[in-house]
Amino acid sequence: MHWFFLVASLSILLTMALALIRAMLGPTVFDRVLALNMFGTKTVLFICVYCFASGRTDFLDLALLYSLMNFIGMVALLRFSQYGSFGDKPKGASQ
Amino acid sequence: MTVDVASWAFLLLGSFFSIVGGIGIIRLPEFFSRLHAGGVTDTLGATLIVVGLLLQVDSGLIAIKLLMILFFLLVTSPTSCHALAKSAISEGLEPVLDSPQPGESLPAGEESAE
Repeated sequence: MHWFFLVASLSILLTMALALIRAMLGPTVFDRVLALNMFGTKTVLFICVYCFASGRTDFLDLALLYSLMNFIGMVALLRFSQYGSFGDKPKGASQ
Repeated sequence: MTVDVASWAFLLLGSFFSIVGGIGIIRLPEFFSRLHAGGVTDTLGATLIVVGLLLQVDSGLIAIKLLMILFFLLVTSPTSCHALAKSAISEGLEPVLDSPQPGESLPAGEESAE
């Protein structure tokens, strides 16, 4: 492993840890969602760097899939926090 | 050799910007400025790291996969930042401003000298 792959992956891991601290502290739900979104993006980058560092380039497919899943998950979380449901019925319509 | 040095520089710059964004998301005082710190890591840090990796690629398929990852990151993460800001505004979260807005009066005792 080249040393700059090591530096890049360590700094990405550090950023992920900082994002997790913000997700833990965050006063509003939006801070937590922002930190989780950042965590997801950093995961994609970490998988990319790791697959180059270890020479297993088939991991890139996982990174591609993860970047799409991250986006869908965040939109779903925002809909949930705004409407109180995943969009099929508004909050307080039943029960 | 030159390509290696360029790739090294891109990776280190990308790491630097991602750590800066990570510090920003901890240190900045309120949500909308933290959104800015998140944007720095999601666009600048991600782009620089992926470009640094692209310079190491030896086969075309891997380059195409990396370009697709870069494309999706650059499309989805500003979109999700925008959705997040819009959702926060519609929930009633207000940005905290330093200078008074044209419609507002200055708070007492804070008449600026400029």
